[in-house]
Formats: sequence, C-alpha cells, structure tokens
Amino acid sequence: MHALSVNNLAVTYDKQPVLENVSFAVPEGSLTGIIGPNGAGKSTLIKSILHLLPTLSGNVTVFDEPYKQQKKLIGYVPQRSEVDWDFPTDALDVVLMGRYSHIGWFKRANRKEIEWAKTCLDKVGMADYANRQISQLSGGQQQRVFLARALAQDAKVYFMDEPFSGVDAATEKAIIKLMKEWKQEGKTVLVVHHDLQTVEDYFDHVLLLNKTPIEYGETQKVFTLDNLERAYGGKIAFLQRGTAVTQEVK
Amino acid sequence: MTYALWIIITGCLVGVTCGVTGSLLVLRKMSMIADAISHTVLLGIVGAFFVSQSLNGIPMLIGAGIVGILTAFFVESLHASGVQSDAAIGVVFTSLFALGVVLISFIGDQVHLDTKHALMGEIAFVPWDTLQVNGVSYGPIAVWMLGSVLILNILLIWLFYKEIKISTFDPQYAKIIGVPIVFVHYLLMTMVSLSTVASFDSVGAILVVAMLIVPGATAYLLTDRFFTLLLISALIGILSAISGYGIAYVWNVSIAGAMASAAGVFFLLAIFLSPKHGYIIRKVRNSRYS
Repeated sequence: MHALSVNNLAVTYDKQPVLENVSFAVPEGSLTGIIGPNGAGKSTLIKSILHLLPTLSGNVTVFDEPYKQQKKLIGYVPQRSEVDWDFPTDALDVVLMGRYSHIGWFKRANRKEIEWAKTCLDKVGMADYANRQISQLSGGQQQRVFLARALAQDAKVYFMDEPFSGVDAATEKAIIKLMKEWKQEGKTVLVVHHDLQTVEDYFDHVLLLNKTPIEYGETQKVFTLDNLERAYGGKIAFLQRGTAVTQEVK
Repeated sequence: MTYALWIIITGCLVGVTCGVTGSLLVLRKMSMIADAISHTVLLGIVGAFFVSQSLNGIPMLIGAGIVGILTAFFVESLHASGVQSDAAIGVVFTSLFALGVVLISFIGDQVHLDTKHALMGEIAFVPWDTLQVNGVSYGPIAVWMLGSVLILNILLIWLFYKEIKISTFDPQYAKIIGVPIVFVHYLLMTMVSLSTVASFDSVGAILVVAMLIVPGATAYLLTDRFFTLLLISALIGILSAISGYGIAYVWNVSIAGAMASAAGVFFLLAIFLSPKHGYIIRKVRNSRYS
C-alpha cells in the first residue's frame, strides 16, 4: 500500500501549464526530497496535493482512499513567509492549533492537550519560548514553532515546504532529528528541498521535478548526474563524489 | 436624564458590537469589506421594506444579512475571476449601494427612510422610537436590536473561537486540518452585516465603519494577545461612545460624529503612547542605542 499516490495531476496558472502529467506513488515510511530547478513547480505540487490550489485534472489518494476522506492523516509545515507573524498570539497557542482535529467542535484545549503541545515545543528545543509572542521569535524559532505544530498534529503523512531555507544550525538539527523520528515511527515525509548537497544525507527517496516528474525512486538510483542534468538542463556544473553543486552556466 | 442615558447606552452597544466584530476584520486584513457592507446593507433595508412594508427590526436584520453575504460573495467571485480585490470591493459596493439609493426614492414619504438618514444616522432620535407592547414602553428599539446582535455575536465568537483564530492566522493550514474556512468567512460577514444594520439608525453607514475598524486597529497596537485584543476593542468602543457623547453635549455637535472622532483620538493616542509599538517608546529605544 502506498502512503500517497498522485495520478495524472495537472495545474495551470493563467493558462500556462505549471505542472503536467504528474504521477508518482510514495511508499509508507519513506523520506522523500522533492527537488528541481527554480520554477519547476515544487511548492505548487505540494499545494495542489493538499488541495490548496485548483487543479486542472488528476487525483490524490492517501493510503488508497481519496484525499478528502483522509485529511486527518495529513500534516503540513508551510513556508515561514506564508503567515503574518504580527498576529497577536504566542508560540504555545500556535502549536495548539495543530491539535484542532483532536479537540473537536465548540471545545477548548484541556490540560492534557496543553501538556502535549508543550512536549512538542520541548522536542524542537523551544520549551522556554512557550509564552513568547510569535513576532519576537527569530526566523529559525518561528520555523521550529511550525515544526512543533506539525508534530502536535500526530499525522501520518507530512509535507514540508522548504523547511531548511534561511534557518540557523539549531533549527536545521531540529528538523533533521524530527524527520528521523518520524521515519522510525513509520510516518511518511515529503520535503520540498533546495540544497542538492544534502539530498543524499537527508532523504531515502527523491522526486526530481521539472514541471513533470523526471524520475522518482530511491535516492541512490534516482540521484544521478544523468537524471540531474535532465531535470536542471545546463545548470548542473559538476558532480563529485556523489555531491552535486548547482551553478548557473553562462 | 433617561433620555441622555438611552443615548449613551445605545452608543456603548454600537461601540461594543462593532468594536469586537470589526477587530476580527482588522486581523484578517479585510477592513475595506466593512466599508462595502456598511453601504450595501442599505439595499437590504430597502428590500426588507418592500417585502414587509415596515421598518421593523427582524425583516431589516434578515435583509441586511442576505445582502451582506451577497456582497462578500460577489467580491470573492470577482476576485477569483481575476479582478483585483480592492477593485472588486469598489465595484460591488458602489453598484449595490446605488441600487439601494434608487429604490429608496420609490419609498417616498411613507416612512422616515432617506439617504441622508441612512448615511449619517441620528442617534438623538433613538430614545423616542420605543418598543411598545400592549401600550407599555420597553425602551428604545435600537437598544433591543443592538443588544440581540451583540449577544448573538458574542455567542458565535465563543462557539467558533478556535476556528476563527486558526483561519485568521493561517488560512491555508486551517483548510488542510479541516477548519471550515468558507463557513467562518461568511459567518463573519453575517456578523458584520447584522452589527451594521443594528447600528444604522444610530450612526449611519459612514460612521459605522469608524466604529467597526478604529477600535480594532487601536487594540492591535496595544496588545499581543488575541482575547485581550477583543476585550480592548470592546472597551475602546465604549469609551468612544461615552466621551463622544460628552463632547457632543459640551459643544453641541453631532453625537455620532463626536463618537467617531473620539475613537479617532484614541487611535492617535495609541499610535503615540502604545507601550510596545508606540512612536514615543520607539524614539526612546532608538535614542538608548544610538
């Protein structure tokens, strides 16, 4: 059984195709890095899977059931810039939002939920910031609050949109630790990722994307110079000892 | 004295009802939709009059509720089809308001409903328009209407507190985790419409925007907590009403105008004196580091 399967997804923006013929199936318990050049549609892909953007065609199933019936299994870590951090609330409150579907209609978070949210903050090294106003947190700390919120959800399939971009070392470590924990617990994780140098360290599966999937599969099979060149065109400068570095080729 | 008291009570109810509901719009960066709805409810009121042949409270609330939701719906639809959102608001509210103005002229002299009244309101008349049951007077109709809308709004915010907060802070995430964001949006639009029409008689379509937006914008400068922000908005609404009445009494000017002006003064004070984001505290901080 696949944790996630995307069939024939197509997305257009202003009549321009952004994604086409996207089909792939993600095994349960895998850690997938979604990589591709700028404008390849990486963020668009996860937003379409999550039904945040209208799609032209295609469907998404989670554990072989339609996405809409499996919403409770989905966790999401958006890009930090997607929300207004001046919103009047504190870190703990944001994490508690992750407990929404567990709390239920008309009810408030009880002591148990609050304790659980605090544990989640602690796991990403943010225990001391529970009551800090969110605008007073650094970028990395804000990212970790989002991680704690996803953790609090206790989902089965997690999506993360460029969690590593512009974060400090402590946050990077927290993200890696969390991904490994999730993998050990049999959870499935998909991450939009930019940095080709770390792909082999972080992910066991790779989706190479450039408007359409170039290749999907286990990292060692897919993450090859040939495939990267196909995805990035002339932008790959060299690949050494399994380490790719992108450079604009003039 | 009871005359003055009724006016102050009415003003305070306008302040609290609009202040609390409007602060949610401020947080959602939708202040301009308040401007739109405050104008288009005129169409709802006129429509309700044509259907029920009276300016009775309940049909007016229903009419305004429907038109308010329609306004929000038209704005969304235009925006979704590629029109910029501020242009969409501009087009929808002027068209529906214009239709209301045209229809109002058909009513003629039958009742006291004209464009000037709709735009400016007249809180000074409120105490005379009382609720009569079997010849006994139970206080001004406006107070009953505002009171009911206030209780309804507070009840709705209390029931959907989580949903409102999550969908305001992070609508995309809210959608993923199953928060009914469309429902929350139209719920809020309904609350704004009801608050507007209940406040209509007292302050009119233009000044009700001040009462919707200014308390929330002021509270935003004064606190970092969501619940506190709602409370401060309510408080600013009350203070504006009371001090506005005082100003109007002393200088013999428009009561509604003085209330809205008082709200503006509180906002200015907050801009300068806010302990966290205020102009003065920033100056002090800057000079300390320079």
